[in-house]
Amino acid sequence: MKLFATTALAAALLGSPSLAGSIAPSDVQFGENGEIQASLTGVAGDAANGRKLFMNRKKGNCLACHVNSEMSEQTFHGEVGPELDGVADRWGTEELRGILVNSKMMFEGTIMPAFYKDAGYNRTLKKFIGKTILGPQEVEDVLAYLSTLKE
Amino acid sequence: MKLTKILFAMAGLVAVPFAAIAGEDSQLTINEEPLITSAAAPAHMENVDTIFSGWVFRTDETQALQMDDFDNPAFVFIDQAIDSFNAVDGSSGKACVSCHESPEVFKGLRASMPRVNGSGELETIPELVNNCRTERMGAEKWKWSGGKMAGMIGLIGLQSRGMAVDVAIDGPASGMWEKGKELYYQRVGQLDMSCSNCHEDNYGNMIRADHLSQGQINGFPTYRLKNAKLNTIHGRFKGCMKNIRATPFKEGSDEFKALELYVASRSNGLMIETPSVRN
Ligand code: HEC
Ligand code: HEC
Repeated sequence: MKLFATTALAAALLGSPSLAGSIAPSDVQFGENGEIQASLTGVAGDAANGRKLFMNRKKGNCLACHVNSEMSEQTFHGEVGPELDGVADRWGTEELRGILVNSKMMFEGTIMPAFYKDAGYNRTLKKFIGKTILGPQEVEDVLAYLSTLKE
Repeated sequence: MKLTKILFAMAGLVAVPFAAIAGEDSQLTINEEPLITSAAAPAHMENVDTIFSGWVFRTDETQALQMDDFDNPAFVFIDQAIDSFNAVDGSSGKACVSCHESPEVFKGLRASMPRVNGSGELETIPELVNNCRTERMGAEKWKWSGGKMAGMIGLIGLQSRGMAVDVAIDGPASGMWEKGKELYYQRVGQLDMSCSNCHEDNYGNMIRADHLSQGQINGFPTYRLKNAKLNTIHGRFKGCMKNIRATPFKEGSDEFKALELYVASRSNGLMIETPSVRN
């Protein structure tokens, strides 16, 4: 019982940007081209979880804008951004991390949301104020999944 | 190196809106009368050449529902509005019909709204309706997006169906129009997007299951299959803002009125389709 409670608490913390040992959104260091060298958490990403986050409408919802043939079992792939087939052949891990955290550092003026940025927004709905779309480990998980998209 | 990658990324983006518009060739007829659903963009629009009615982007089935008033579910609410047009309400013992001979006297109004009145205020149809209710009938205001109001503005809008949208943006309207334009291009919410990101840069593209239109308002109020009621312009603006995790402005607020004026001016040249049907 006690053990169960502790694991549940740890799981709840995982999605939070304030997780001890992870880099806070405001402390993220971008390279010259918008890439990010260091892992946000130091914990290896879980590609299977990243795949779920990618399609989840309340999480990454990446499928809203990107075609991804690896998920062809999912209906409705968006056409707003480029297709992500083979994306890991085109971009390295550090660049992909930068695109996830804040793609505006690489693609100026893009429609793509910044998934790990918690300030600098205008009129954010109350329940999202001060929050990031994805937690730091979730970013690493999606990154691990993206890294499997090779042709 | 970086440049080639960016160019590569952009290649995926070179949007092909025209090719992607499914219903581009379909012809809207309502009760067998043809209506145009595209027009040359008004001169003030810098980034778009052709404007399209939202009808063009809907599926064949949804399109068909708007082609005959017997099939159009909005008419249930229009019929209710005819009843309230004739019904006495309020302390003065009057109905709309006591002062306005029939809804037909409002022909043309919808096509030129919103507009700036003699006192320099930007006014919308729901406000005109509520003015009559409170000032002339001694009745209670109707809620902006309530069923009674949506039905009544549907009935009033219907009288202008087939007329070209022609809202004034110069003279006394210019200040509000500029403000509306600013709001249209301003990024808001945690998803940090502007109206233009979806309805100007990406119309014709799918965003998950939704086929993005230009977000035109010539068909409002619109019956949505999703909620089975008539939806107002400000109600739709509110929905789009919430979707991008932004705090919406209030229905009837100066901000939404200014945005309505600006968005209406982007449909100058399209025809009024009230009441339209959407998913
Ligand atoms: C609202 C639209 C939208 C959403 C949601 C979105 N993206 Fe994007 N994405 C874009 C656009 C547009 C680009 C192209 C960059 C630009 O604007 O120049 C892009 C570019 C990318 C690229 C670079 C692709 C390449 O081939 O160069 C990657 C990788 C990417 N996105 C991953 C993701 C992931 C993963 C998610 C979800 C966690 C996501 N995107 C969510 C719109 C979106
Ligand atoms: C994330 C994308 C997105 C953003 C940003 C957005 N909308 Fe929309 N909007 C949609 C979608 C999806 C629909 C439903 C399909 C369609 O008609 O485009 C829609 C529909 C509409 C419609 C109904 C069109 C019709 O024919 O019935 C209007 C009007 C509209 N939007 C206006 C706005 C305004 C004004 C803003 C800014 C405050 C805005 N939208 C921001 C996605 C968006």
